[in-house]
Amino acid sequence: MSSNNGLYPGLNLGSVHDEAHQQAEATVFGFWVFLMSDLIIFGILFASYASYLNPIGMAGAPGPQALFNLKSVAIQTAFLLFGGVAYAGVSLSMKYDHGAKKLIGWLLICALLGGGFLFFEISDFIDQAAKGGKPQASGWLSSYWLLVGLHGFHVFSGIVWILAMVGQILTRGVDDVVKVRLSMLGVFWHFLDLIWVGIFSFVFLVPLA
Amino acid sequence: MSGQSSPTFGNLDWEVTPYTDLLEHVNSSTIIGAGAASVLVLGAFAGIALLTYMRWWKPLFRDWLTSADAKKIGIMYIALALVMMARGIIEGLVMRAHQATALGALDKAETGLVAPDHFAQLFSTHGTIMIFFVAMPLLIGLINFVLPQQLGARDMAFPVLNQVSLGLTAAGAGLVMVSLLIGDFGTGGWTMYPPYTGLDYSPGEGVDYWLWAILISGVGSTLTGMNFAVTIFKSRAPGMHLMRMPLFCWTSLCVAIMLIYAMPALTVSSAMLALDRYAGFHFFTNASGGNMMNYANIFWMFGHPEVYILILPAFGVFSEISSTYSGKRLYGYTSLVIASMSIAVVSFMVWLHHFFTMGQSAGVNIAFGIATMIIGIPTGVKIYDWMATMWRGRVRITAPVVYLVGFFLLFVIGGLSGIILANPSIDYQVHNTTFLVAHFHNVIIPGVLYGMLAGVHYWFPKAFGFRLDESWGRRTALLFVGGFIFTFMPLYVLGLMGLPRRSPTFQDPDFLPWMYIASFGAVLMLAALFCLLWTFWKSYRHRMSLSVPGGDPWNGSSLEWSTPAPVPEWTFASIPKVQARGDWGETKRAGDPWRAPDSYADIEMPANTAHGLIIAGMAFALGFAMVWHIWWLAALSFFAITAALIWRGMRVIEPRIIPARQVEEEDRRFREYVAGATPITRADEESERNRGVPDCSEFAG
Ligand code: HEM
Ligand SMILES: [Cu+2]
Repeated sequence: MSSNNGLYPGLNLGSVHDEAHQQAEATVFGFWVFLMSDLIIFGILFASYASYLNPIGMAGAPGPQALFNLKSVAIQTAFLLFGGVAYAGVSLSMKYDHGAKKLIGWLLICALLGGGFLFFEISDFIDQAAKGGKPQASGWLSSYWLLVGLHGFHVFSGIVWILAMVGQILTRGVDDVVKVRLSMLGVFWHFLDLIWVGIFSFVFLVPLA
Repeated sequence: MSGQSSPTFGNLDWEVTPYTDLLEHVNSSTIIGAGAASVLVLGAFAGIALLTYMRWWKPLFRDWLTSADAKKIGIMYIALALVMMARGIIEGLVMRAHQATALGALDKAETGLVAPDHFAQLFSTHGTIMIFFVAMPLLIGLINFVLPQQLGARDMAFPVLNQVSLGLTAAGAGLVMVSLLIGDFGTGGWTMYPPYTGLDYSPGEGVDYWLWAILISGVGSTLTGMNFAVTIFKSRAPGMHLMRMPLFCWTSLCVAIMLIYAMPALTVSSAMLALDRYAGFHFFTNASGGNMMNYANIFWMFGHPEVYILILPAFGVFSEISSTYSGKRLYGYTSLVIASMSIAVVSFMVWLHHFFTMGQSAGVNIAFGIATMIIGIPTGVKIYDWMATMWRGRVRITAPVVYLVGFFLLFVIGGLSGIILANPSIDYQVHNTTFLVAHFHNVIIPGVLYGMLAGVHYWFPKAFGFRLDESWGRRTALLFVGGFIFTFMPLYVLGLMGLPRRSPTFQDPDFLPWMYIASFGAVLMLAALFCLLWTFWKSYRHRMSLSVPGGDPWNGSSLEWSTPAPVPEWTFASIPKVQARGDWGETKRAGDPWRAPDSYADIEMPANTAHGLIIAGMAFALGFAMVWHIWWLAALSFFAITAALIWRGMRVIEPRIIPARQVEEEDRRFREYVAGATPITRADEESERNRGVPDCSEFAG
């Protein structure tokens, strides 16, 4: 178990601290397991979405053609993916010890890009609701709002987490625990991109194709 | 519940308690309702008075509620389960008593002890409690207590998360309990199928109680599953390869994996139903494109793995017990590992057998029917392995062995009736009858209940330092076995005669004799419960003569028996280096097993914290506020939970250091005790001479 590939060289934890590495290994592994469980939630929601995507599920309420605005979806995609890229800045400045300032800077950029994503997503939601696409209108709309909304809520939680990390860096400094948490946050942040790719293709593109 | 919702108290008002019903009509149903609420209130007051009188508040808080020690958390889970079990069994008896008096006529539907709506609440709370707040906490508690000790670990991978999981489970249980006094519970059974449980047919707080209890405790169980998995993968002692783990660890791993993959489905189906009810969504409604089949599918994607989550720990316990109490090595270790894992995997592919009759094509039904029957194969392998383990062993008929034999007999019958139900064309005849009720009690009681009680009996000395009284233990086990036969065998007959499950009344007088037998059985089950409590009490009174400080009362072979009883907080004075499967047994065979470690080091233990307690309190408030539409309280407790998480993240938390000197002192004392004690042979195991130091020359496991 103590073979080197199980450790986290990118984290730059104190090199003497074997125990720190072992604890980090368990913690990060645990977080992957958590995401696996989260992925199941999304998987079930994708399947439900597919099952409501038919005339019965849409029950005469506005459908994809009437509601989806692909341009806005493309902008959201760009925000989210650039947010993912920006997180590389966080990882690199953590790995090479660029100091707390740079770290916080990159984190805030990620938060901003995530915020941009949310802005466009929410304006889409408002727009759709105005066109009669409320979640109360049909089974299909219920599942659309839940799936996409849950992803949006994850992005929101990610932003809260980023801000909490900024708070932690300010109060306790960049210690081992904070580094491990930043690496988990990174996994989470990229995970949201992954889900979004699924949403982009299955939720938005498939019904329009 | 009446009138408008107030901004401060939501839908709460003075008319929500069962006392209002009692004042309106006095009959057996309202008396039972008000009586149950009174028991809850008086029980709570009695508990508070006892804690105050004995000055136990402080120790309770300091040593238990704020502890992050997996062993203590495990014990608290089991205590919670036993309290809930008392309610569940009493409800079972009330339902049996009701049906025994429920012979009606077509023009006289309301008969029997309780009103139909009350009866519906009874089977709904009974099912919910038994599955989520008895079986789950029992097995999670037992795993918490045993798993780290068997792996040679000091604690779970995430001790504080563990505390939070316990808190969330307790909060869910608290919600179900509070529904006795404040408002009604849902009437949709433990599955709460929509559209019946949607707003149109079930307005009011009942279904919401179920939803929030399930959502909150479900998060706890998911986190527990992760904790178990990470502990098994990352915290084993050096040398404890996977294939050296005791079988209980293997079944715990299966449980962990299944919790991780199955619980999210329950969370999703409940969250969707909640959205339907609170926000007017149309997932499962009849109108506007809702589709209740999605609920059935998602729920049972959780539900079927759940029943194997319940049964697998019992399989682990029986593997340990059959080997230890017959003084033989476990037969077919590898086959048991493979069988457990196969069960875990296949259990995700059979969910559809819960609704054969709900409209899919015959081909689909056949596929799922066959998949279901296939699970019988690995399960059969296990039964043979345990029997082969006991074959020609020197079996001691202790209480756990009585449970094991009862399990052999009854579980096989239950399994066979399951195979019968797995045949879709037969299922069409008997589905939704009491035949099904008999079937699932027939697997769940011998499996979960006997398995967990056997485990409690087996590991009790490790937790508290004294054995449980064997005679009373055996009486309890026999009563549970006999009680089961009388309660549930008649239900097979009634089911074949055509009695639907969940029936508040029936018209056929031929049912009555069977009803009476079943009621008699339910009385026996209640007697068994008292017998269990009496066993605890009596053993506590004789704890001096039953004490086993040597820590190995049954001449066991896995690591947990190498430590003193009660086991110290740090479990192992130094982490063992594992050389073999059944390492402690091999050490005994090699001679001089109680050799002291060469050196002692400081031990880091997680510091006590009230984190779990705070989150539990807030989660309970959140659930309660949502049930009663007290929006400000819901928002407040939600933000309080978030704030508690963020605040804890900000702080640097130092572990508690136990100095090497203290460890050494206690360990020396233990080893001196063992060296001075007279080892006992198996024949003396039940006598007062058993001080937990066995005769190693007799070890054969
Ligand atoms: C100890 C004595 C017990 C008695 C007397 C008892 C009795 C009953 C009765 C009368 C019902 C209703 C049957 C019907 O619908 O017609 C029932 C349902 C049920 N029981 Fe038990 N039971 C016992 C133990 C347990 C245990 C230990 C478990 C699980 C761990 C359990 C789980 C359930 C479940 C899940 C239901 C289905 C509830 C529903 O219809 O939604 N029971 N039981
Ligand atoms: Cu099943």
